[in-house]
Amino acid sequence: MVGGRGIGGRILRLYLPLAVFIVGMLFPFYWMLITSIKPNRELYNAKIMPLIVYQPTLKHYVDLLYETNFLLWTYNTMLVAIVTTAISLVIGTMMAYPLARMRFPGTAVVAIGVAATYLVPQPLLFIPMSDIINRLELGNTLTAVMLTYPTLLIPFSAWLLMGYFKSVPRELEESARIDGASRFQAMTRIILPLCTPGLLSAGIFAFTLAQNEFLYALIFLAKSDVRTVPIGTITELIRGDVFYWGQLMAAALLGSVPVAVIYSFFVEYYVAGLTAGSVKG
Amino acid sequence: MSVRPATFARTAPVAGPRAALRGFLEREGIFGWLMLAPGVLFLLAFVAYPFFYGIFLSLEDRRVATQGTFVGFANFVTLAHDAVFWQVAGNTLVYVAVTTVLKLSGGLGMALVMNQAFRGRNLVRAFLLLPFIVPTALSTVAWMWILDPTFSVVNWLLVHGKLITSGYSFLGNATLAMGSLIVVNTWRGMPFYGITLLAGLQTISAELYEAAAIDGATGVQRFLYVTLPVIKPVLIIVTMFSVIFTFGDFQLIYALTHGGPANATHVFSTLSFDIGMSAGQLGMGAAVALAILPALAVLIVGLTIYLRRE
Repeated sequence: MVGGRGIGGRILRLYLPLAVFIVGMLFPFYWMLITSIKPNRELYNAKIMPLIVYQPTLKHYVDLLYETNFLLWTYNTMLVAIVTTAISLVIGTMMAYPLARMRFPGTAVVAIGVAATYLVPQPLLFIPMSDIINRLELGNTLTAVMLTYPTLLIPFSAWLLMGYFKSVPRELEESARIDGASRFQAMTRIILPLCTPGLLSAGIFAFTLAQNEFLYALIFLAKSDVRTVPIGTITELIRGDVFYWGQLMAAALLGSVPVAVIYSFFVEYYVAGLTAGSVKG
Repeated sequence: MSVRPATFARTAPVAGPRAALRGFLEREGIFGWLMLAPGVLFLLAFVAYPFFYGIFLSLEDRRVATQGTFVGFANFVTLAHDAVFWQVAGNTLVYVAVTTVLKLSGGLGMALVMNQAFRGRNLVRAFLLLPFIVPTALSTVAWMWILDPTFSVVNWLLVHGKLITSGYSFLGNATLAMGSLIVVNTWRGMPFYGITLLAGLQTISAELYEAAAIDGATGVQRFLYVTLPVIKPVLIIVTMFSVIFTFGDFQLIYALTHGGPANATHVFSTLSFDIGMSAGQLGMGAAVALAILPALAVLIVGLTIYLRRE
């Protein structure tokens, strides 16, 4: 790069700010971990140095798994995330494909509609939505969130995939169709395989969004056995003014693991999706 | 289109209703709309309908499990005379404006630092994005404990560093509570700016910098006249996205402060939740939510136009 002033300059321009960013971004996770393995006598003792743990214990994890519905919440969260991601990928692909690769009356309107529905924030919709879900008698069922999460995930997937579908040359499809493939075959056998990175990006993104969803789950899932991890943690592990901090942190950490694992395997696709969504548009 | 005759040529031997149907399905408009239909119908039913139904609700005096009565703009008039509503409007503005400035400047700094070559860069990038991907409600729980009135680690550090004598009540004081929310939102959102801006920076070729250096440009000049113009589109899009989503932020505030103390951190979404869900006044709650629509509409239309032009 430019203006190199030896190792001193590199420390000042690179290592020092980098260290600040890394510590700042990761400290809360360190804090989650350390709190979750501290015994209560260390947690609630303001005298001792809090940054390290003296006698680690797994008691909070055991309590969390045996005394709360955490495992059930994890199952609910995963089930909902997988189902809604699958629905959204299929419908998102079906929308993005004609919008990106064809010109027929109505495409412009639908494309703008997809962008607008992606940008309309949830707080604008949740009150009417709660009334609709009540009228459908879906309160306290996972169906309620499986039906509402795709309102966030489909526009996003379609939006992201449009960018990928546009990048494949038209000739590929045309030559496939000259060879006798129908439009549907050209799509599923030629274009979709070429857009696997895009489908992976959209899938991982949708999965993380589904795991992160809070508002609809909070409104629709009021019974413990249908709750998701974020809702169960916030509403049940915080009991009145009494906080079970060790359990809370264990829940926060374990609840983050599925997303973090998937993310670590596909981090390149996630970053590609992030930048394609906002950079390519 | 030279394609269609070839398709027909192959299907000709099985001529009849099936071939006709296939030919019909192969027409661009028919195929396209068949593919679009499920998604369009779903979005009409579960986004467009609730949106307009929300407008209708906001014009009603409607409580949970009762019939509503049409009251025109009465809900909005009531809100306009409510001091809490205007406090909430101010809170939302402060929250969105301050976090956006912090996330933008911090994210740009992060991107510039990360744009230098060093070993393990991809790994660092993966770790820096963690706050953005981990479910917000769960990371907020960690922040609640970091900001706890009695056992806050921040207080411990400040007191033991002899900077203060007794700890702050971060979430119990109006200014500190808003400050805490801003810090947590910035913590979560900054990596999004950092990583997308980094992608923008990486499109700048080294030759541009070399040419600028040969012309005698200083570091600041290189940033202003080479870096900034190239990443400007990314910068604008990322910022507008982020502003729109921060406007609609709910879970972080709900989890950390519930809008307290004494409405000091209530924003439109949490107030709308309290009125519409907790108090069951659906009409009034819908009216509060709709109050952000004018500002939001300007942003969304602006962003859509900008994206189509790009």
